[in-house]
Amino acid sequence: MTSHRLRVNPIACEAHGMCHELLPERISLDEWGYPILDGAPLDPALLAHARRAAAACPTLALLVERRSN
Amino acid sequence: MSAHLSPNQLLDRPASDEPGLPRLLAGIPARGGLGLREHLSLHGELPVVEGRGRARRAGASGLIDEVERAGLLGRGGAGFPTAAKLRAVAGASRSLLGGARPIVVVNGAEGEPASAKDRTLLRSLPHLVIDGAGLAAAAVGAQEVLLGVCESSPPALDAVARALEERRGSRRGGPLDGVQFQLRPVPHRYVAGHESALVNHLSGGPALPTFTPPRPFERGVHGRPTLVCNVETLAHLALIARHGAAWFRRLGAPEQPGSALVTLTGSVVAPGVYEIEHGSPLASLIDAADGLTARPRAVLLGGYSGTWVDASRLREVALSDRDLSPFGASLGAGVVFVLSEDACPVAELARLTRWLASQSARQCGPCLFGLDAIASAFEQLSGGAGKRDAAEPRLRSLAALVRGRGACSHPDGVSRLVSSSLDVFALELADHARHGPCAACARPSELPRPRVPRPATAAPA
Repeated sequence: MTSHRLRVNPIACEAHGMCHELLPERISLDEWGYPILDGAPLDPALLAHARRAAAACPTLALLVERRSN
Repeated sequence: MSAHLSPNQLLDRPASDEPGLPRLLAGIPARGGLGLREHLSLHGELPVVEGRGRARRAGASGLIDEVERAGLLGRGGAGFPTAAKLRAVAGASRSLLGGARPIVVVNGAEGEPASAKDRTLLRSLPHLVIDGAGLAAAAVGAQEVLLGVCESSPPALDAVARALEERRGSRRGGPLDGVQFQLRPVPHRYVAGHESALVNHLSGGPALPTFTPPRPFERGVHGRPTLVCNVETLAHLALIARHGAAWFRRLGAPEQPGSALVTLTGSVVAPGVYEIEHGSPLASLIDAADGLTARPRAVLLGGYSGTWVDASRLREVALSDRDLSPFGASLGAGVVFVLSEDACPVAELARLTRWLASQSARQCGPCLFGLDAIASAFEQLSGGAGKRDAAEPRLRSLAALVRGRGACSHPDGVSRLVSSSLDVFALELADHARHGPCAACARPSELPRPRVPRPATAAPA
């Protein structure tokens, strides 16, 4: 069974905050504007939104990673 | 800081199959490095496990098995099983059809200001480290070893350079003849010793951590499968190759066998590098250093990003990861620092966290801003400025906020330090929140004073 998780490349991230705008269900921002992820698997219903958020990141720092368990 | 012989060492006793201490520090000279001839007469020739061709491969995989049976854990801080690392690199190189040969990196960056064990080995017993590196190279099928040594330690750089020269001029290189060794100075900064930072530096980039994966065993120096091992780990490996796994396990605990080097500093009579058996009491280490110079307040274990243990529990502490886990601590890179009751822990923490913040690679936002905010909160308490009563809850939430949010483990380490500080120094923190700076705030620092950080730019050496 395959699940998807969000991950951020913290070196690439420049706190544009697009990910939070597009996926507030799973991404909050800290006081400096950097994303906070919870590491849990993505609900399949949110997968399309997550991919859109990843594509919209200006520095391509948001990753939707597939894991087979 | 000097290296100390363990209490039970007889100076003229040759290293042998005897299981006791000292092991790594046996025969350590009072000054200079131990020469090749003395090294070989002390420890014996390297076992001929690495012939050429088929024999070489057979012997090499035999060494990995032996290291696995020995249960050797990395001594750079993370305590990862060394055999698993060796196997991963050996496997990665095999999986590439006609692909890149693996490479071995000796991690002697030792960016930890309170640690001196790695530079002590490099300075005094360089051949033991070179043996271990060469054996590891043979085991993973590498022909190249890069010895990364901190640029701020000229005696270590000189000793390694001399030792390599000595081997070139000698016919006694033996089984390691096919391995090329290169000495590579590494910038002096806290994060330079993180695997990915070291690999980045040795590939011609800055000594800054990179986003992983890929991990070094997959894509390391110049994209080749890379084994990165701490200096002390390789020295242990050189002895395991000679004496075997059973010998190694005759000291220590089943889950953490063997001995370890620790750097003891702070309020002790004889600070220095000591070799201990895993699981031995902290009290006997302090005895070996001729005791304390002041009443202790707390002990910092692991490193500057380590864990504080209250002095009232000092007699309960034993030096293995299992014994330390009830305290939320681990042996880490072997740093043991004793803070006296005369010091102000809040002021010490303000200086320490400010330095740790300055050592951020400034690549990841949560580390860059979070560590600065942590240092500022401690400074509010020790300097009396700002909203002091908000500092403690602020520190608690910042410790949780920065954890796991950097490309390397630097913010995680600072988070651990802050969490244990809030528990162990709760009284002092509350007192400073209420009354502002104390008289002891102005005392000079007891923690080994890290050098003034340089700007966060790093150029390849």
